[in-house]
Amino acid sequence: MKRRVVITGLGTVNPIGNCVKDSWEGICSGKSGIGTITKFDTDGFSTKIAGEVKGFDPRAFVSAKEARRLDDFLIYALASAAMALEDAGLTIDASRAERTGVIIGSGIGGLLTMEKAKETLMQQGPRRLSPFTIPAVLANLAAGQVSIRFGAKGPISCTVTACSSGANAIGDSFRLIACGHADVMITGGAEAAVSPLTIAGFNAMRALSTRNDAPEKASRPFDKDRDGFVMGEGCGILILEELSSALKRGARIYAEISGLGVTSDAFHIAAPPPGHEGAARSMRLALQEAGLGTGEIDYINTHGTSTPLNDLYEVQAIKHVFGEKARSLAVSSTKSMTGHLLGAAGGLEAVITAKAIEEGVLPPTINLDNPDDECDLDFVPHTSRKGEIRAAMSNAFGFGGVNAVLVFKKYT
Amino acid sequence: MSSIEEKVIEIIMEQLDVTKEECVPEAAFIDDLGADSLDIVELVMAMEENFAIEISDDELMKIRTIQDVIDFIKKKRGALN
Repeated sequence: MKRRVVITGLGTVNPIGNCVKDSWEGICSGKSGIGTITKFDTDGFSTKIAGEVKGFDPRAFVSAKEARRLDDFLIYALASAAMALEDAGLTIDASRAERTGVIIGSGIGGLLTMEKAKETLMQQGPRRLSPFTIPAVLANLAAGQVSIRFGAKGPISCTVTACSSGANAIGDSFRLIACGHADVMITGGAEAAVSPLTIAGFNAMRALSTRNDAPEKASRPFDKDRDGFVMGEGCGILILEELSSALKRGARIYAEISGLGVTSDAFHIAAPPPGHEGAARSMRLALQEAGLGTGEIDYINTHGTSTPLNDLYEVQAIKHVFGEKARSLAVSSTKSMTGHLLGAAGGLEAVITAKAIEEGVLPPTINLDNPDDECDLDFVPHTSRKGEIRAAMSNAFGFGGVNAVLVFKKYT
Repeated sequence: MSSIEEKVIEIIMEQLDVTKEECVPEAAFIDDLGADSLDIVELVMAMEENFAIEISDDELMKIRTIQDVIDFIKKKRGALN
């Protein structure tokens, strides 16, 4: 018999806010976190905008020594995990350590560190590389750093599945607890890839918005005038806990996580297939594991990247799964505000979905001024609104054809 | 205190995030200043850069205390002059 798994803590650093409270207020008021890139000189780049983390003080979470040596994605992970554990009121003492695990996904890892190290290598030679280069680059070091900091000695891993990394991490963590391999998991996604290489690389794929003159309007999922995604950075972490463990310590329960569906398109390195059959199968599998019918889902936090293909095919997949019921669902893309945090997206969007269930508020899709003719669902345009959510779905799709769908439900 | 000693201590304070009071000559990097082997590699790189010297891996293995670093740099600089 599978064990029940609940969410007892949340933590995030993202383009809208550096804690859950500020982020949730920003989401509810339809705030955009997108602006002009400040992390590097964008002269010559087609895209000059991104969702950067703003006003974040690393020293509130790491020592001066660590701040110098750690890549930003690691600092975001340490900060978010610290906030999530505090939110959960959980200390990982000796009695818990071996039953507490960490899975934090990252699409790319410490890319900015790698880019700088390559410069040092070329300009100053191989003897001038810091011994902390490799531990700042490796994608699994987000989980490594968090486990070291907080003493979690249970299962550890890192999902590297591009833009679904965070969702895969949470899904795998959910199953580890459900199947009895751990009682607590610190899980989510971390990314800090606003760098010359990624912006130029995604530009080469023509995947990014180039609406440089109006950054706040650039991420416009499901809108006729969408022209690509806007890269974001940050981290979203959840504390997942086996139900009886949470009840025993009287923890606050945001929501229950009850289903995961993972499929592969087996189609193309970057593009989804028309109709996105793989996404539809993921949604069905997640519902099946959760033991829920389509009529019980009230909200979908979509992948909704603001690229022409993703948004159209995701809508088609939702219609395929939900049929006529698709019209009575609230379906939104919070990437319209946060930008696309790549491997951290699934983590942040799970945080947002858990808050939405707890608060009974449907997060909006901003910038939806002229909905695409074929994108005709209730996208909660412009502003959030109240609405009870019995159960919700969070979609994440990644390059390579990965589709990961999570199902959350109100804890009762 | 010579300028070399002052500079060495300044670098150690910055690299290892320790106070001036902790930086007594006999302080051992690993046992007293909380450094690990990677910290020492990074520290030695900073010394190489600041004093325009080269420290081989064999020499690095012999460095244990702050005084070792100061003596070492003085010796290297002496050889250069």
